[in-house]
Amino acid sequence: MSIEISAKSITPVRLKYGNLEERFGDKKPSSRYQEAVYDIQPTTNFHYRPLWDKNHDLYDKSRTKIVMEDWYSFADPRQYYYGTYTITRAKQQEVAEHNFAFVDQRDLFDSVPEGVKQAAREILVPLRHVEWAANMNNCQITDECYGANFSSLAMFNAMDRLGMAQYVTRIGLLMDGNEEASLDAGKQAWMEAPEWQGLRHAIEDMFVLDDWFELMVAQNFVLDGLIFPLLYDRFEKKLTQEGGAAIAMLTEFMDDWYKETVRWTNTLAKVTAKESDANKDLISEWVSKWSNRLTDALEPVAVKAFGTDGVNELAEVKTELLTRLGKQGLSV
Amino acid sequence: MSDKKNTVFLIVQDNEDARPIIEAVEQDNPDANIQYQPGIVRMEAAGSMIVNRETVEEQIGREWDVQELHLVLVSLAGNVDEDDDKFELSWH
Repeated sequence: MSIEISAKSITPVRLKYGNLEERFGDKKPSSRYQEAVYDIQPTTNFHYRPLWDKNHDLYDKSRTKIVMEDWYSFADPRQYYYGTYTITRAKQQEVAEHNFAFVDQRDLFDSVPEGVKQAAREILVPLRHVEWAANMNNCQITDECYGANFSSLAMFNAMDRLGMAQYVTRIGLLMDGNEEASLDAGKQAWMEAPEWQGLRHAIEDMFVLDDWFELMVAQNFVLDGLIFPLLYDRFEKKLTQEGGAAIAMLTEFMDDWYKETVRWTNTLAKVTAKESDANKDLISEWVSKWSNRLTDALEPVAVKAFGTDGVNELAEVKTELLTRLGKQGLSV
Repeated sequence: MSDKKNTVFLIVQDNEDARPIIEAVEQDNPDANIQYQPGIVRMEAAGSMIVNRETVEEQIGREWDVQELHLVLVSLAGNVDEDDDKFELSWH
C-alpha cells in the first residue's frame, strides 16, 4: 500500500483587515505594526466633550496648528508596537544590567580620577531631572496627539525617558557607594545653581505649551538633538580621555537610543513638511525658536562641561542638528 | 518566469523577521515575482536578485546584519555573493 502525500494550499479569503486593505491594497499581508497601530484610535461618536476642555473633542485634530490630510501618513520607521518595543528594550536592558554589574563588581569607579567623578556629578547627574521632564512632555503628547501612531510613539518614548532617568540615578548611586549624596547635590544644582536655571526655565515653559506638535518639536527634535550629542556623546568622550571610561560604559543605552530617535524624528519632519508649505513654515519656525532658546539655555552648562571650548562645541552640535533637519525639507 | 534555466529564487519563512527582507527585495528587484505560500514566501527573479543591507535597515528601522537573513532562509537557487552590504543571487 502506498500513501500519497500531496500538498494542498489554501488561499485565505482575505489577507488583512478592511481598514488596512483600504490603505495598502490587498496584495500582501499586513505587518504587525500596521495591525497594531493604524486606525486604532476612535474617530467618531464622541457624545460629550471632555469636562476639562469644552473646546475640543476627546480626540481632536485641532489641538495642534499642524494640518495633515491623513494623520497616519507618518509611520514609525522602527515599527514599534508592544511586542517589538518590549523585546528590543529587554535585550538592551540585559546589556545595561551586565555593564552595571561589571563596573560594580570590579570597583571600576575606584580608578576614576576624582576630578572626572566630580564633573560627572555636576553635569550628568542633574540630567535625571531633564529626563523626567522629557517623560512628562511625552506623556503630554500622548494625551493630546491625534492618531494611534503618534500616541504609541510618544508613550514608548516617555517610558524610555523614565528608564534613562533611572540609569543616570544608578550612576550617581554607584559613584558614591550607594549613598544619595550626589543625587541630592544634583537636585540642588538643578534647582539653584545658576548654570542650570536657563534650561530649567525653558523646560518648565515647555510643560505648559498648548500645541502638542510644538512640544514634540521642542522636546524630541531640538532639546534631545542638542543634549544627547553634546553631553552623552562629546562630554563623555572627554571624560573617557581623562580616565572615566567606566561612565561611558554605563550610558551606552543613551547613545543607542539617540541613534534610534534620530531615525524617527527625521521621518516625522520629512513627512509633515512635505504635506504642505504651511506645515513646513510652522515647524521651521518652531525649530528656530526653540533651537535659539535652548542653545542659549545650554550655553552655561556647555561652558561648565568643556571650559572655554564649550561655546564652540555647542555651536557645532546646533549646526549639525539644523543641517540634519534642513535635509528633511525644513527651512532652518 | 521567462527563462526557467536562468531563474534564481529565495524562499524565506513568512514571519515578522522576514517581512523587512521581503519588502527590501520587492523594492530593489522590481521584476521579482513574489508568491505568498502557506508558511513561506517564494521570491523569484530572472537572472539575479539582490538583498541590500541599507534597504532592509530602512524597513526595519535598526542596524541589520546580512547574516540575519539565514535565520529565516528556507531555500535558494543561484550562486551566492554575500558581503557586509548585500546578499546577491545569480548564475555564474
